[in-house]
Amino acid sequence: MSRYVIKRILMMIVILWCAGFVVFTLTYLTPGDPAMLQLGQEATAEVIAQRRAYLGIDQPYLVQLGRFMVNTFLRFDFGKSWVTNTNTMAELLLRLPRTLIIGLGSMIINVFIGTILGIIAGTHEGKWQDSLVMIIAMVFVSAPDFFVALLLILLFALKLGWLPPYGIETMAGYVLPIISASLGGVAINARQARSAMLEVIRADFVTTARAKGQNEKIVVRKHMLPNAMMPIITGVGGGLSMVVAGTPIIESVFSIPGVGNYLLSGVNQHDYPVIWACVIFFALFSSIAILLTDLCYAFLDPRIKAQYSAGKRKKVK
Amino acid sequence: MANKENEFLSVRNLEVIYRSGGDIVHAVNGVSLELEKGKTLGLVGETGAGKTTIAKSIMRILPDPPAEIRGGEIFLDGEDLLKKDEEAMQKVRGKKAAMIFQDPMTALNPLMTVGDQILEVLLLHNNYSREEGMKKAGEMLEEVGIPAERYREYPHQFSGGMKQRVVIAMALACDPELLLADEPTTALDVTIQAQVLEMMKALADKFRTSMILITHDLGVIANTCDTVAVIYAGRIVEYGKLEDIFDHTSHPYTIGLFDSLPDINVKTDRLKPIAGMPPDPTNLPEGCAFSPRCPYATEECRKKVPESKELTPGHICACFHPQSRS
Amino acid sequence: MMAQTKKRKKTNPFLDFLKRMTKAFSAKLGVGLFVLIVLFCVLGPLFSKYDVNGIDLMNMYAGPSKEHLLGCDSMGRDMLTRLMYGGRYSLLIGICASLFGALLGIVFGSIAGYAGGKVETFIMRVMDIWTALPGMMLCILVSNVLGTGFFPTVIALTIGSIPGTVRMIRGQILTERSKEYIEAARTINCSDFSIMFRHLLPNVVQPVIVTTTMGIGSTMMMAASLSFIGLGIQPPNPEWGAMLSDGRAYIRSYPHMIMVPGIAIALTVFAINLLGDGVRDALDPKLRS
Repeated sequence: MSRYVIKRILMMIVILWCAGFVVFTLTYLTPGDPAMLQLGQEATAEVIAQRRAYLGIDQPYLVQLGRFMVNTFLRFDFGKSWVTNTNTMAELLLRLPRTLIIGLGSMIINVFIGTILGIIAGTHEGKWQDSLVMIIAMVFVSAPDFFVALLLILLFALKLGWLPPYGIETMAGYVLPIISASLGGVAINARQARSAMLEVIRADFVTTARAKGQNEKIVVRKHMLPNAMMPIITGVGGGLSMVVAGTPIIESVFSIPGVGNYLLSGVNQHDYPVIWACVIFFALFSSIAILLTDLCYAFLDPRIKAQYSAGKRKKVK
Repeated sequence: MANKENEFLSVRNLEVIYRSGGDIVHAVNGVSLELEKGKTLGLVGETGAGKTTIAKSIMRILPDPPAEIRGGEIFLDGEDLLKKDEEAMQKVRGKKAAMIFQDPMTALNPLMTVGDQILEVLLLHNNYSREEGMKKAGEMLEEVGIPAERYREYPHQFSGGMKQRVVIAMALACDPELLLADEPTTALDVTIQAQVLEMMKALADKFRTSMILITHDLGVIANTCDTVAVIYAGRIVEYGKLEDIFDHTSHPYTIGLFDSLPDINVKTDRLKPIAGMPPDPTNLPEGCAFSPRCPYATEECRKKVPESKELTPGHICACFHPQSRS
Repeated sequence: MMAQTKKRKKTNPFLDFLKRMTKAFSAKLGVGLFVLIVLFCVLGPLFSKYDVNGIDLMNMYAGPSKEHLLGCDSMGRDMLTRLMYGGRYSLLIGICASLFGALLGIVFGSIAGYAGGKVETFIMRVMDIWTALPGMMLCILVSNVLGTGFFPTVIALTIGSIPGTVRMIRGQILTERSKEYIEAARTINCSDFSIMFRHLLPNVVQPVIVTTTMGIGSTMMMAASLSFIGLGIQPPNPEWGAMLSDGRAYIRSYPHMIMVPGIAIALTVFAINLLGDGVRDALDPKLRS
């Protein structure tokens, strides 16, 4: 088992290197000269050239790439912001908790509400509960998160005045962002959980358990749910990538100074170190989450666990 | 059929339907059976004839919906199972009556160790402590030829034949008085089939368990059963002692079944299959369900459903024109 | 018996597909809505008396009225007209990006799955690198590289959707390739070409058709997100996400400016998702009766 974990962590590191390579290459290819953009139209060619040398963007691609990779993955340093001249790592860490609250908060809602809705739908196949859940899921998955966010602001902040429309002076400011970031994931998890439940309900081993004289409630708890959890856990990974993808937009709608908003400001101002830092953070966040879901999966399912634990007895015919 | 005192299991006029979309599938149409204590009854018929539905009705584990028991009585040891509530039924399942399923690959919970799955049924029906139960479960594994050390292994570590042994151990764990075996060997390799069947029969004899063996293999029937019921389209078409069915075959369908078997002693170029296809259970033909495929069918057969007639004591045949083949 | 076989021969496979697809009420609703939305966007502008970028300072922020059924925006432009023109962008971006993504994905996925060996390893490693970034991040960055406008946005979204299709096609080919009907085709001397196109592809593309249909909705949503944060389609071009972004500043006083484009996006994505479910059910041979 530990061999599997180590292998997965190594794979994650490789993926992060790839992410670094991709993000650096994309910023390198972005048109527009950051030095000129920062100094303005009036700057002389000489000053601009000086600035370019200072930023290190006058060097060939491979040299820049090598320096970026070494700084990022060996020294864990993204450099200073080209616009504000502050340390991007420090800025990132300052903003990190806000993004984590939104990300983890909506993850928890996704998993719990989504799974419960899906289980209700699956155990009442064809009845009104099922149709209701499926309609809710369809509506949730169809509504763009930024539109939902604006609607929530309109209703709960501007019309009813219950919650602040933007900012995070109080914890109440997190309520609307978390809700709008989680709707799509709730829908995805609900559909996933429903089909997992349907699969399990028809499974032969459930009939076996009933034939043993087991109480129906325990059949659900002991036989159906653990088996249905497997595909549901995989679905959590998908829900997570939705959350990650949504953060910049949600943070921008609610004016939350988090990592996502930081990324957008980096994109708008051609502040490459900020882009690098934020994108690598998002890649790290999603790969850790995917790693955790896979580990959960391997830990809970003896069939997968067996593949990775060495020295086990092979199938005996 | 009068209520005989020595009957252990008696099914009377069982009728089961399935609803699928707007259609009603007539799966079992008035089946009556009897089984004495310690005896084995074989149920033969094609796929979809309603054999499994009969067994699941006795256990009351038909999925409802879509299945619905429309009528009939099932007496086990003098009590009507169809009148029992769910809680009372849970005490019967696994304890008085146990079932072995067709596909061992899917009949076991993949996330539980095989030992714990046997333990589950033991703890449900006995006042064992966990330790006692685990010891008994280990003994049951030994009983079916699996070393008790494999208690903590998972189903995926076992081959199909071994899994079926686990399923059998699970079914026999609480000394059931009735064992329903639903094609227990169909999913296994031919070489293992005989082994598993042999072992099951030996265990059933040892525990004095009455058994209903569902199969479409007449050879299996010949080796294990005392009485035989031949089922076609949810009806028993011929019913009797093993010798009655094998030596005095009367119903044209049963004759067809025997004729479609290759005879090892006679050189034949072609097998003789029964012409046509089994009827669509949502739309059974009028009259005798076998009449469209029956070489002896007359106008009467296509109009009226033939009553069951007792040809010789205990040998029942539902046909207007019983034949005799020996 | 005879009558049945005769009847079967006459059915057109496409009509048959449509019939199966629209069996469920939800699929009917999806198809109906989608057709209406497409007609609205394609034909609607022909009947509009307003110019899509015609500024009318008298009608700034005007709410819905007889003259302007959905009201006007911050420059007094008619929202209904802008909605119809904007829908052309939104729909076209969604459909093009999903379609290109699917086509390229099928090409690379089939090569990887059928060729195997080093080619496969190479393609799959490139895909791994490609997807090292979460999907939306990749779109934001690529869109930043290519700039704003219709084609750059389509390309950015296409790039985001290729790796998923490649993986799916390859996986599908790998499982299908080892099945017995392919072996059966080999034993009756089918050529590689015929195995690939007559046997493998039809069995492989079905899930791609389903995900592509469903993908149109999410791609539209991504395009709208890009416009919303200042990439993608830019003002004064009316794209639904851009319109929503435009109305955001006036949410307190003129909520109709966000409601109109927001509901349009949600309704379209809803219709496409229903349609996608219908396609899935219709293509699933297990559900055919």
